[in-house]
Amino acid sequence: MDFILGRYRNLSVLLLVVFGQLLLLAYQVRSNQQVRVLRVWAVTAVAPMARGLEGVRTSVRSFFSDYFILLDVREENRRVTAENNRLKLENNFLKTELSTADRAKALIEFKGRSPSRNTAARIISGSTSSRTVLLVDRGTSDGVFKGMAVITGDGIVGKVLDSFPLAAHIQLVTDPLFGAGVVSQKNHVYGTLQGQGHNRCRIDRVQNEEKVEVGEMFYTTGEDRIFPKGLPVGKVVSVQPGPTFKLIEVVPTGTQGLEEVLIVLEGVHQEVPPPPSLTERINLIPAPPSATRESTIPAGTPSSGLLTTDADRVADRYRTIEQQRGGTKFGAYGSQTPSFATIPVSPEKQPVQRTTPPPIAPKSAPGKPPGQ
Amino acid sequence: MTEISEQILVERKARGAAFRMRPVAILLLPFVAVLYKVYVSQFIEQLAYLELPLLVVLYFSLMWRNQLAALFYGASVGLLEDSLASHPIGLFGIAKTLAGYFAASVSLRFDVDHSAIRFILVFFFFIFHNVFYWVMEQALLGLPRPFEPAQTFIVAGLNAAVSVPLFMLFDKMKERA
Repeated sequence: MDFILGRYRNLSVLLLVVFGQLLLLAYQVRSNQQVRVLRVWAVTAVAPMARGLEGVRTSVRSFFSDYFILLDVREENRRVTAENNRLKLENNFLKTELSTADRAKALIEFKGRSPSRNTAARIISGSTSSRTVLLVDRGTSDGVFKGMAVITGDGIVGKVLDSFPLAAHIQLVTDPLFGAGVVSQKNHVYGTLQGQGHNRCRIDRVQNEEKVEVGEMFYTTGEDRIFPKGLPVGKVVSVQPGPTFKLIEVVPTGTQGLEEVLIVLEGVHQEVPPPPSLTERINLIPAPPSATRESTIPAGTPSSGLLTTDADRVADRYRTIEQQRGGTKFGAYGSQTPSFATIPVSPEKQPVQRTTPPPIAPKSAPGKPPGQ
Repeated sequence: MTEISEQILVERKARGAAFRMRPVAILLLPFVAVLYKVYVSQFIEQLAYLELPLLVVLYFSLMWRNQLAALFYGASVGLLEDSLASHPIGLFGIAKTLAGYFAASVSLRFDVDHSAIRFILVFFFFIFHNVFYWVMEQALLGLPRPFEPAQTFIVAGLNAAVSVPLFMLFDKMKERA
């Protein structure tokens, strides 16, 4: 044994280290628990640095954008003096600051409009294993916990995968392991949103018989207990019949150009808005004058002019009879059954007077023609 | 064995052993590499292909020519990377432990100061690391991620190309033993 350990010492240590890590992995998978201490240390160490880097990145970006804007302006306005350039630089810098403020303001406005209680968070970095998992600068110290919904004004973004004291991992809707309950806006078709690892998601569990149209919006149902009902999810870009379920692809509306997000601390369900065709204003021209309308009614049409079926015509006729009799209005509350005996019959439609049938002639002798 | 190859295998190996890395660099470089992976690749997609933590592990493993040191260094960097990932801890740890150990084993036989050798070794170990990681991901966690051989080869080539100047830069941090 000593010989083996001495001869293959390095290999033995390698096997031990690998085996130890395999055991750690197996423990996490089996117990569905993570080695939290390691993660908390690592994220707590990295989050402030990532936040600092993010601040530097934003400043550098705004500086360069100001610089290039200034260069363009200088090319167009050669006569502008150095003093003006300096002022424009300042002006552009302030504009950039203002646009950042506008973006933040839009988020704050949405936050105020949304019935749910949210907290704003900034994306500070990604994950080492997946491009669909991001790190945000809000954690358990801000009341952010695992399973909370992450949204923007445009739609859902994902959910909190893990929360640490200073930061949290969020899983985007595009992650292959992401799922959420969704419903279509127009036909109220229910399905399950699934990420695919790229910028399109698919909607599963929609029967081939259901009607889903390209361009239709999907909203959250609230049944997954993560996202409040009525949040926009994405727009349908392709629908195809599949072997069992429809193959539907949507482009998520909330994951475009992500920098700031809202984490839903307390979700409030909302109604799915009606489709645009019902909410948009439709211009209708005024109705035509009555004289014109009467002149266009073909002959034989009932007095109302709107009745088209035989039943309507009969009812109209009974109504006329009742009016002639001076009784209550036909069909009105308390009216009696019309007296059909008084119905005037047009002469051409008068029934043929039934007469006694002619006597049957006596049978003539066989072989002898009648009258002979 | 030709005279030139003998020179590559023996003389430069001895010269490499006469230098050592600064402790600050040994501690700081993996941290910077992991930070690069979680931060820079998030905002600059074009740089997301660069597997800097693996390159750091390979560099030190090749330079040290010590299997034990390399495997522990690989395990540490891998576990650091795992702790910032969304999957259970251990996948990167195991993959980098093996990559470090085998890279150190190879460095005992070859002159790893040669740029061409470095390029080939990084290319090979990048593929080894990614294939092993993918196999563990599928076998142990059952994660639905397809393996794309063509993309892996291209990215391995890019990493190998970057490793040549990067390792030269790291060489500057060495000090005489």
